[in-house]
Amino acid sequence: MQSVVLQTVIKLLLPFIQVYGLYIIFHGHISPGGGFAGGAVMAASFVLFAMSYGVGEGFKRLPRLIAQWLESLGGLIYIALGLTGILRGAAFLTNVPEWLGQAGQLFSAGLIPLLTTAIGLKVCSTIVTLLYHLLEEGHYDSQTD
Amino acid sequence: MIAKLISNMHFLTAMVLFLIGFHTMLTHSNLIKKVMGMNIMETGIFLFFISVGYVRGGSSPIAVPGAEGYINPLPSALILTGIVVSVSLTAFALALIVKLYNYYGTVDADKIMQLRGGEE
Amino acid sequence: MRVALTTVVLVAIGVILVMMVAEMPEFGAGKPASNEVSAHYVKNAVKETGASNFIAAIILDYRAYDTLGEVIVLFAGIAAVLVVLDVHKGGRGR
Repeated sequence: MQSVVLQTVIKLLLPFIQVYGLYIIFHGHISPGGGFAGGAVMAASFVLFAMSYGVGEGFKRLPRLIAQWLESLGGLIYIALGLTGILRGAAFLTNVPEWLGQAGQLFSAGLIPLLTTAIGLKVCSTIVTLLYHLLEEGHYDSQTD
Repeated sequence: MIAKLISNMHFLTAMVLFLIGFHTMLTHSNLIKKVMGMNIMETGIFLFFISVGYVRGGSSPIAVPGAEGYINPLPSALILTGIVVSVSLTAFALALIVKLYNYYGTVDADKIMQLRGGEE
Repeated sequence: MRVALTTVVLVAIGVILVMMVAEMPEFGAGKPASNEVSAHYVKNAVKETGASNFIAAIILDYRAYDTLGEVIVLFAGIAAVLVVLDVHKGGRGR
């Protein structure tokens, strides 16, 4: 599916899609959105790039090993942030509301922005891995590993 | 009763979507259309569950200084988990269809059952 | 034959569902669903968690354990897909 029109449009549009996705992830606690929606928008940018330039180019921008590590890191960061609650003496995944700043600003709400970022990483790498492997159609190219 | 149905039109739309998805899943023999029917059914269920939480006169659940009442945020928060489960299910179903196509050469459920009936 | 049988069964189910919708409480009254749990979340979310988004406060502070379960579901789903699609044919360390 490689045509000049698609490649030009994607090259112009990709930074805006990624900034929009990062905005949704980082403002998850003061405006609608959060980790899941932001992660899906970020993944959409990678998949559009791979669909118009070919899966080999896509794997050059986000290699398999880095995608696997990002996915595992998303889950492990979530669990590690939950364990800080146990280290303080309270229950698992207890929030500290006043830790980062006042309510209503970008830096606020304790653990919530950090958990949102971990979920955004995990959802993005899950959808990207899934769609790259479906687009590859079994032609496993060991040079892009 | 017609007036009650029109005032509850969100629930009625959710039920209609569920029935359309169910009919698609049962009638077509192409496997990918069955997966599409499952997705339409799940959209109907999510719409039904979220519209239970609407409160008349409430605004969206972001804390702004001048709002009077908010809608019920709890059904929307529970459906987020449901949407993720639906995505995982669709992903796995599509992966299984890819393997079926590689083995049998067709994505038609009737032809696959004929081929399996002829093999055994 | 299959289409006719399916349509008959679905029309029967559809009649039952439409009668159920006619018996449901009024849309927007919020009567059985908005009980004291939602009222507590809406009233105390900004004070107790510091987040202005109530839904983010619910899924990441009051019910954060369910979100952990969801992360596990995502991981299990993608692991199952990668096993079925058999992506590392003749991979490393064989």
